[in-house]
Amino acid sequence: MNNETLIPKLGVITDIRIDTPDIKTFRVVSPEGKKLFEHRPGQCAMLSIPGVGEAMFSITSSPTNTEYMEFSIKKCGCITTWLHAAEVGQNVTVRGPYGNPFPVDDVFAGKDLLFVAGGVGLAPLRSVINYCRHYRDRYGKIDIVYGSRSKDDLLDYKEIINEWSNDSGVNVHLTIDREQEGWDGHVGFVPTYVKELGFEPNKTAVLCGPPIMIKFTLQGLKELGFDNKQVYTTLELRMKCGVGKCGRCNVGSKYVCKDGPVFRMDQLDELPDEY
Amino acid sequence: MRKCSLKDLNALFGKISESATLYIPVDLENGKAVYKKYSDGMKMSDALKTERSAKDFFFPQIETLMEFKTEGKNIEIIDTRTETEDFVVFGVRGCDAKSLEVLDKVFLAEPVDSYYQNRREHGVIVSFACSRPSETCFCQTFGIDPSEPAGDIVCYKTDSEIIFDAKTEKGKALMSKLDAVTENGGEEQVEKQKAEIKAVMDKLPLKDLKADAFGADKTNEYFDRPEWAALSESCIGCGTCTFVCPTCQCYDIKDYKTNKGVQRFRCWDSCMYSDFTLMAHGNSRNSQKERFRQRFMHKLVYFPTNNDGMFSCVGCGRCIAKCPISMNIVKVMKTLGGKENE
Repeated sequence: MNNETLIPKLGVITDIRIDTPDIKTFRVVSPEGKKLFEHRPGQCAMLSIPGVGEAMFSITSSPTNTEYMEFSIKKCGCITTWLHAAEVGQNVTVRGPYGNPFPVDDVFAGKDLLFVAGGVGLAPLRSVINYCRHYRDRYGKIDIVYGSRSKDDLLDYKEIINEWSNDSGVNVHLTIDREQEGWDGHVGFVPTYVKELGFEPNKTAVLCGPPIMIKFTLQGLKELGFDNKQVYTTLELRMKCGVGKCGRCNVGSKYVCKDGPVFRMDQLDELPDEY
Repeated sequence: MRKCSLKDLNALFGKISESATLYIPVDLENGKAVYKKYSDGMKMSDALKTERSAKDFFFPQIETLMEFKTEGKNIEIIDTRTETEDFVVFGVRGCDAKSLEVLDKVFLAEPVDSYYQNRREHGVIVSFACSRPSETCFCQTFGIDPSEPAGDIVCYKTDSEIIFDAKTEKGKALMSKLDAVTENGGEEQVEKQKAEIKAVMDKLPLKDLKADAFGADKTNEYFDRPEWAALSESCIGCGTCTFVCPTCQCYDIKDYKTNKGVQRFRCWDSCMYSDFTLMAHGNSRNSQKERFRQRFMHKLVYFPTNNDGMFSCVGCGRCIAKCPISMNIVKVMKTLGGKENE
C-alpha cells in the first residue's frame, strides 16, 4: 500500500507557552523526541486530536530549528479550545508540510525585507523572520512592524524584545491599538503606523493579519510607492485534506492549501475576491 | 469481439462472480434502477441510468480512513487500509465512464489518494453504449460519444445479444475468463448500433448545447456576472445535485467516537452547504449565491483551468432530473453562455 498523506504522524506536546490571554504556543516532537518532518518558512501542517477534529495551522518555528516544531494557536474554535486545555505530554497527530513557502532563497535573497503583522498574524511570519535572522548575511535590512490590541496581546513578546531587537540590521516597530498603563511604545493601528514610518519602496514586504489590516496596509504601501509585485501575504481558508482534493479552500482555480497559502499580491489581484 | 446471448447472461454473470464481486444495475419496485451486488438469477435493468453513478464504487459516500485508540494523553494511529478485492461494475454508460477520468484527475494527481487508487486498480468497468439516450442527456456537449464509451470492456446490447469489445489489459483479462460463455462475432451489429445511436443523438433536445463559451482561464469573464443572482435565487442548498453528480468530488473528513476508539472517516460534502467553508472567524462564501456560483464555476471554468480544458461535467442529466427547484447546469450554461446557447 502506498504512503497516504491523510494518515498523520504521531506527535507529543513537550512544551506549552502562554503567549497572550488567548494564544498559546505548542512545541511538538515525535515520540522519540525528534523533529517530525522538515518544512519551509510559510508552510502549514494539519494538527489533530482524534475525536475532536483536525485543522490546519502555520508552523511558526523556523526550519532552521532542528529539534522541534512550534505552533502558535489562538483559542477561537473547537479544536483550538481543546488544545488550550491540553497539558504537556498530550499526544497529537500531525501531517504535512503543506503549501508553498515564502521565496526566501531566491526572491528574498539580498533584499531589504519589511514584515508587517497584526495579532496572531505574526505566527506564520515568525518562521520566515527567524529563518532570515538565521541566515542574516543573505538579506539586507529587516524591518518588522507588529501590532496588537494591547501589550498583553503581543505574541512572542519576550523573543521580540530579547532577541529580534538586539540583532544588527533588524528594526522592530511595535504598536498597540489603544493607550495602556505600562506601555511607552507607539500607539495606533498597524496600517497607519506603517505609513508614518514611511519605508523606502525598495523593500520586499510580507503581510499577515486580519483582512482589514491587510487591506489598509496595502493601500499605505502603495502610497509609499510599493508595487503589488513586491508584497507577499499568506491566506487562511477552511481546509480538510491539505492537498487540493477536498474542494473547499479554493479562490477561483487556486487552492490555498496547495497553490498557497503564500501569494504575491499581484497574483491575488487576478483571483476573484472570495477570501 | 465476443458475444453472448441474452438468454445466457446469468451464466456469464455467474462466471464473472467466480473471480470478482460483480455489481449490476437492477430495477427496484418503484421503477428506479440501482446498482446491486450480483446474486444468482438477478435480472439486469434495461434503464438508461442508475439513480447514482458508478462513482460510488471508487469514491464511496462514506469510508473509514483510519482509526485511533486514545487513552489518557496517548494516541495510537491505526492504518486500517486493506487491499480491495477485485470487482466488476457492469452496465456503466458513457457519461459515467468518462466521470472516472475526471475523478482520476483529482484523486490520482500527486499526492495520490491511495483509497481511490486501490479501488481503481481493482475495479473493472464494463460500459454500455447508449442505444436509447434520454431527453435530459447532453454528454455530446462535453465531447462524449455514447456509442463509444470509455471502459475496460465496451458492450453493445441488441434485442438478443450483448457484444463485448475488450479495450484494456484489465478488460482483456476478464474477457479471457469468459470464453466458455461467449463466442466470436458481433462486429456487424456493433457498426449498425453505432450508426443508430448517431441518428438518435441528432434528435436530442439538448444536442445544440455548447460548452465552447466556457473553459480554462475564464474566471474573470464569468465570476462577476449579474445573472448569478437570479440563477441562484431559488436554490435551497439541499446539495442533491452534488450527491447525484458523477464528477462531484468534494469531501469532508470527520471523527466518530466508537466504544473502542475513534474512527476517522471521509464522506461526501457539498459546496452548496453553508458550513462547507465556515471557519471560526467567518465564511468565505456567505450567501447561497456564492456557493451556487462556486459549483458551476468549478465545473465549467476552474476545473478546466487546472486540467487542460477538461470540464467537470459529463452531461448525464441527473441534476436536471433531481433538482427540487428545477435549476441545473444546462440553464446556467444557456443563461451565461451567450447567443450560441440561447
